[in-house]
Amino acid sequence: MSLFLIVALPFLGALLPGLMNSTGRVACAGVTFMVSLLAFIGLMTHLPAVMAGELVTARLDWVPLLGLNVTLMLDGLGFFFAMLILGIGLLIIAYARFYLSREDNMGEFFTYLLLFQGAMVGIVISDNILLLLVFWELTSLSSFLLIGYWKHLPEGRQGARMALTVTGMGGLAMIGGMLLLGQIVGSYDLSVILQNRNLIQASPMYLPALILILLGCFTKSAQFPFHFWLPHAMSAPTPVSAYLHSATMVKAGIFLMARMWPVLSGTPEWFMIVTTAGLITMVLGAVIALFKHDLKSLLAFSTVSHLGLITMLLGTGTAFGAMAAMFHILNHATFKAALFMSAGIIDHEAHTRDIRRLGGLRHLMPVTFVIASLAALSMAGIPLLNGFLSKEMMLEEATHTALFGMPLLVPVMATIGSLFSAAYCFRFISHTFLGPQRDDYPATPHDPPVGLWLPPAILVVLVVAIGVAPFLAEPFIKVVTASVLGDAAELPKAYFKIWHGLVPALYMSMIAVVGGLLMLLIFKPALGVWDKAARPEAKHIFDAVIASAVSLARRIIAPLHDGAFTRYAAIMAVTVVAVGYHAWATGTVGAPTRSVQPANFVQIAGWLMLVAATCGLVVLHRNRLLSLILIGIVGLVVSVGFVFFSAPDLAMTQLTVEVVTIILLLLALNFLPNHTPVESSVLRRTRDGTVAVAAGLGAAALSYHYLLRDTIAPSISDFHLANSYKGGGGTNVVNVILVDFRGFDTYGEIIVLGIAALIIYALTEALLDGPVRARLLNRKPDQPRSGGMHPMMMVVVTRVIMPVVLMVGFYIFWRGHNVPGGGFIAGLVVSIAVVMQYMASGFSWTSARLRYPYHGVIGTGVLIAGLTGIGSWFFGKPFLTSDFTYVRIPPFEKFELATAALFDLGVFLAVVGAVMLSLESFSRLSRRAHVTDSDQPMDIDPSRDDTQKAEG
Amino acid sequence: MEILVASAIGILTAGGLYLVLRLRTFPVIMGISLLTYAVNVFLFASGRLTVGAPPILSDATTYTDPLPQALVLTAIVISFGMTAVVVMIALGAYLGGDDDHVDDPTPEDAA
Repeated sequence: MSLFLIVALPFLGALLPGLMNSTGRVACAGVTFMVSLLAFIGLMTHLPAVMAGELVTARLDWVPLLGLNVTLMLDGLGFFFAMLILGIGLLIIAYARFYLSREDNMGEFFTYLLLFQGAMVGIVISDNILLLLVFWELTSLSSFLLIGYWKHLPEGRQGARMALTVTGMGGLAMIGGMLLLGQIVGSYDLSVILQNRNLIQASPMYLPALILILLGCFTKSAQFPFHFWLPHAMSAPTPVSAYLHSATMVKAGIFLMARMWPVLSGTPEWFMIVTTAGLITMVLGAVIALFKHDLKSLLAFSTVSHLGLITMLLGTGTAFGAMAAMFHILNHATFKAALFMSAGIIDHEAHTRDIRRLGGLRHLMPVTFVIASLAALSMAGIPLLNGFLSKEMMLEEATHTALFGMPLLVPVMATIGSLFSAAYCFRFISHTFLGPQRDDYPATPHDPPVGLWLPPAILVVLVVAIGVAPFLAEPFIKVVTASVLGDAAELPKAYFKIWHGLVPALYMSMIAVVGGLLMLLIFKPALGVWDKAARPEAKHIFDAVIASAVSLARRIIAPLHDGAFTRYAAIMAVTVVAVGYHAWATGTVGAPTRSVQPANFVQIAGWLMLVAATCGLVVLHRNRLLSLILIGIVGLVVSVGFVFFSAPDLAMTQLTVEVVTIILLLLALNFLPNHTPVESSVLRRTRDGTVAVAAGLGAAALSYHYLLRDTIAPSISDFHLANSYKGGGGTNVVNVILVDFRGFDTYGEIIVLGIAALIIYALTEALLDGPVRARLLNRKPDQPRSGGMHPMMMVVVTRVIMPVVLMVGFYIFWRGHNVPGGGFIAGLVVSIAVVMQYMASGFSWTSARLRYPYHGVIGTGVLIAGLTGIGSWFFGKPFLTSDFTYVRIPPFEKFELATAALFDLGVFLAVVGAVMLSLESFSRLSRRAHVTDSDQPMDIDPSRDDTQKAEG
Repeated sequence: MEILVASAIGILTAGGLYLVLRLRTFPVIMGISLLTYAVNVFLFASGRLTVGAPPILSDATTYTDPLPQALVLTAIVISFGMTAVVVMIALGAYLGGDDDHVDDPTPEDAA
């Protein structure tokens, strides 16, 4: 299966669970499972190639100029992680199906889960670091949604925010690091970067890039001092914790360290930073985990500790360390996901995760007991289980590592970490399952249905299988390690086996296990000491840091951003004028190249009307109805100006838009006050006037300047003029540009128009559903209403005129390709025809005769336009390539048929729909205001019985 | 003639901006409409002024620049959509809060 498809499948599949939500839980989980399974199978088809050491790639240029391309590559490391992500994902989906309760919105959950899965797969098989960053941020976002899935829980929301803040910040740092790395190498392709170890390590930007990238890795993988978010993310549903916070997402940081290992590791800086952070995290996490009472908290800190272990192994910079790290990733993913799922089972059945309220569960939940104990013993490093093997390798590596010149530091710390690790594992088993059976469980626990225990059981089978027969995993892990190492180091010769002889690592392991048991014996007094000890609470520190950042931001923003829109507008205007003046004053001004055209009396009269209307509008704007009339004059003069200056299309558009705008504003004035009170001081009006005049002078000067000069470079307009008929088949160049040359722009514009209309519709709905509704219903008109709402004369005239207007609209539409007209103008004309019916015959009467909802009309328009564009694909042409031909149907003259006309039909429909939906929404507000809206078109109708009676 | 168009653009801009700086929603909407005219005419004029040469292909030898016209045509329609949204927002705010001021109330006003 193509790599593109493997990444795309979860994203595309993410649509399905949401859609399937109403079909039931089984279908919802089933479709999610199938999507993941398909991707998993697709991945597995590449197994032979990967095992043979081949590199599977797929490439698609996206934004090549930025170096951002969709290039994917699958090598051993990527395959390993993708397998973990998809394989454990399958188990988690099955588990979640039984874990989530009926109240939970399963479609939402699985949609987020698939989004996350896709993003994760994207990270591990990206070959472009910019693409990788996109996926990286996507995992932060989707994990935010998943952690906060139980929106009603405050801990969930806070945990989600904390996780997003920390990982998002890290992501930001990493973007910086990756960009630096790309700058050093001159390519953003991983495969190129990985070949340039010497170049990168010699660069002065190596250290900043390293630190920034490590910040991203450490925050994602919860390394000290960023480990604190992970335990708080445990308020997520358990499937999420098991999936994101043990098996996959937290390993993303580790993945990246492994991916970058060939070029970043091996330097003293890498060794110091990574090993130290890993070591501290490992010991700290293990110690805290021991004293946690919440099962999931305990597991969370143990995850932190194990991530530290893996980080430390990668930090050593040796090939053996890298191999141990890879092996431990596999082992940790198996036993930790199983443990999380077991904790979820206990929570699900006993209704508590507090270890102090548990104990003695071994008889009540024997299956869970076996699963959890095997997994926990593996984590503790007991032989014959897989955790033992990689822990041995870790201890072995530790004995060869000298940090800060102290050869004993790392081995001792590693042993202490292992000791505490063993201790919390033993505590997990003994305090949950062993001991006397209690009678005060919140709910009587029993083993769950098979759907809940089978997924962890499968993992535990792996735990035991690898533990007993490590040679099964060895070839695979070696392939993975080889792809981590790249050309930087030789693959270690060491074999995976249970018995290595009496080596130091074995003694350290024994100390850890025995010490862990002793620790469990003295747990009570130790807990007393721990509870008394003062220690920093990460959440409080985090909250304080956030609070101070917020207050700092407020202090900076508040004086600038005080909600006074008029002030922003003034500042903006002054800035633009000042910058423009600066450009004018410092730049060179060429001599005029065009001569001034003479103006005659008519043009001066038009200009005078425009000036008078504008000035009148400014002076008289407090009378709102009057200002509508004045702005209508301005619009008319502008339209006439368009006609005069050879723009008939513009004039027609402006004129029709003018009509609908005025109707719209009239509808609005129906609710708004009719008068604007005097509020601003004279000083303020002077200030505003000065700003306005300055801006006006600037605009006039700029316009005058370029009106007298030709363009400095030849315009592309000549191309349009030359090709309009030849290529587009139309003589109206403006229309051909709209529907053909720049059809894609137009397509975007009708979509924008449709969106605007939908916004208006949505706002109206929101208003009518809210408290405003009652006020609208009880509202009294502030002016006396005219007696006849629907005058007979107007009703009759509009109905007679309707077919004529539609005919005109049709005519304008059809001729648009060759003479002024087209979809936009025809759409506006037809809208006016329909609006007239509303105005004359009333809302109820008109809407009762409407056959199609306006949303549908918008959608149809956009679809028709889009499909017309797609149609050209079938002829192997780019989107929206148009074609035309001439046909003759007797007795008509020969006429043209162009695909552009179909596109224009889409434009037409979208414009009609958008204009009508906007106006209809406005009038719906007023319709509710007048409760007594008649269904009859006319108030007085001689042909109707009731009026005859009333008059008679 | 150029001076007429340029000054008209300037006057429309000045009048529009003055109204945009008013305190109530309705004059601001009027101001935005005036600014829209100013911007549309400004863009249109970037094709320079030509009388009697519409971009309809015929036997004529000179045509005016069609490109700014196409841009302005969609701009006119879009500006209708924008005006409608702004009016709706203004209306919603007025109906919801019984107040058609544009600026947020300052702390002194609230006190």
